[in-house]
Amino acid sequence: MQYIEKPSNPIQKTLDRMPILGDVLRQPLGAIGFVIVLGFLICVIFAPLIAHYDYARQDIPSRMQGPSGKYWLGTDQLGRDIFSRLVYGSRIAFGTAVPSVAIALTAGTILGLIAGYVGGVIDNVIVVIMDTLQAFPSIMLSLAILALLGPSLVNVIIVIGLTWMPNYARVIRAQTLSIREKAYVEAERSLGATNRGILLSHILPNVIGPALLLAAMDLPWVITFEAGLSFMGMGVRPPSPSWGVILSEGFNHIFESQWPIIWSGLTLALTTLGFTFFGEALRDVLDPRLSGTRGL
Amino acid sequence: MVSYIVKRILMTLLVLLLVIVFLSLLVHIVPGDPATTILGPRATPALIQKLRSSMDLDKPIYVQVGHFLLNIFHGSLGVDAITGAPITKLVSNALPHTLILAVTSFALAILLGIPMGVFSATHPNSLVDRFVAAISISLTTIPSYVAGLFLLIIFAVDLHALPAMGIGRAGDTLDYLRHLILPSIALASTWIGYLARLVRTSLLEVLNETYVRTSRAAGLSERLVRYKYALKNALIPTVAILGVGLGSLMGGAVFVEIIFSRPGMGLLIYNSIQVRNYPMVRAGVFIVAFLFVLANFFADLLYTYLDPRIQLNKRQG
Repeated sequence: MQYIEKPSNPIQKTLDRMPILGDVLRQPLGAIGFVIVLGFLICVIFAPLIAHYDYARQDIPSRMQGPSGKYWLGTDQLGRDIFSRLVYGSRIAFGTAVPSVAIALTAGTILGLIAGYVGGVIDNVIVVIMDTLQAFPSIMLSLAILALLGPSLVNVIIVIGLTWMPNYARVIRAQTLSIREKAYVEAERSLGATNRGILLSHILPNVIGPALLLAAMDLPWVITFEAGLSFMGMGVRPPSPSWGVILSEGFNHIFESQWPIIWSGLTLALTTLGFTFFGEALRDVLDPRLSGTRGL
Repeated sequence: MVSYIVKRILMTLLVLLLVIVFLSLLVHIVPGDPATTILGPRATPALIQKLRSSMDLDKPIYVQVGHFLLNIFHGSLGVDAITGAPITKLVSNALPHTLILAVTSFALAILLGIPMGVFSATHPNSLVDRFVAAISISLTTIPSYVAGLFLLIIFAVDLHALPAMGIGRAGDTLDYLRHLILPSIALASTWIGYLARLVRTSLLEVLNETYVRTSRAAGLSERLVRYKYALKNALIPTVAILGVGLGSLMGGAVFVEIIFSRPGMGLLIYNSIQVRNYPMVRAGVFIVAFLFVLANFFADLLYTYLDPRIQLNKRQG
């Protein structure tokens, strides 16, 4: 009976115990994405252990150097270790992306639930406000607000949250509209359930799935968005080692050394790629119908 | 159909009005005063008051919005707070460069992205399909500013093959085009990958539909079925995102214009933000939003026209 026995290596067992992650890892791109995301998270958590130097430590005599044994990826215009700055930079990417997506998700969910469930004038008002926010290309909306708020980490988080919110409101509203009319919701209502009760215990659990998936897939976009704002000097400010700041400082010294741009550009691209691979594999596992429907 | 278009136009106008209200409101909600920022800490209160009133900041929102609208009907966008130059002039100098950049990038994305997607979909799961998939997903994830900087390093700084800055000598079309190459590739890269993936998905979907199978069974040539019947329907979703695409390219142009010092709308708005030139920022962002809304509106109309299956009353929700 040997031939029908399943291979029983420990990795296989672990995968069988976690069905969703297992299915993601069985896709080659999903597995690559998972490894990159894991590496990113390890950098976020263990940054001080992984980085050789403090991200602000200057070594002016060895500024603008290429990769070496002492400075793995070379140094920037102040002789700071690029590798250490990139490792610490992951914390800024993570620390911006997660809170801003959380803000967008929470605010969008609340507005979408209200619009979809209450309907009428309130629905129209919310839809028009969301339309207005989406009438701006997202980068323009963020720039207009940041121009007045001034650049800072907290402001960037608020602005990204606001810019991304309408997407979530739309998804949640559409889902709520379709579930509101379902027989079991009618039944609950006729049994005397309150609106709040119906919303929280019946509608929310049924509509939140697609929005959470959207949130996972938005993370890489938000990371590049923050880096883009920081690159323009409208996001996180130097000496913070945001990947966008490293790019921008590299751009200012492009004729002296190209290493800062090359490494921070590659880090940014690789991280985004990893999150995208992982997010898409996750989507294919969780909701195959959505495959290929995601917009920019 | 007519009532749908009228409704859609009214909605578009309402959104544009709200865009103006929002831009005016922003100054009031947000702490800090642009006049004080422009003039610096040592300005006299009288001077600040004068600048505030020249920017309409001392008046209530509805007056500001009213003035802005009235100005637009008179073909004016107000006056630059720093130089005193009419904003319409600055915009009309900058806008063509951005439009040319956006349209070139868009054409590039269509010319490269659609064939890539068609080829993938007609050879599903082949080696080439996987290769194209890897390329297009990588392209979609590389931000335009990273693509721009890498192109700048390779072709301008290291190889000296193409110019890196500006738009070339005035009146020299060939020079202008040479200056357009790197920026438009940088801006297009994301959309090449995105269109390739979109076209692949929708063409694969259409190729599985019954009418395609019927045409094949009826003995029509594979070429005719694929490229005449299937592709036509598969491209409809692409049309739907044309509007968003052109708009987001105009937004993304700001990065590319900074990197390649192109004097377009993005750079104009960016420079105005640096000096808190509030009237210029407001007018500039409004123009970009206006074009974005307009592009979406026309793409939407085109979409409904191309696909009669779309039920208008359903889309109004």
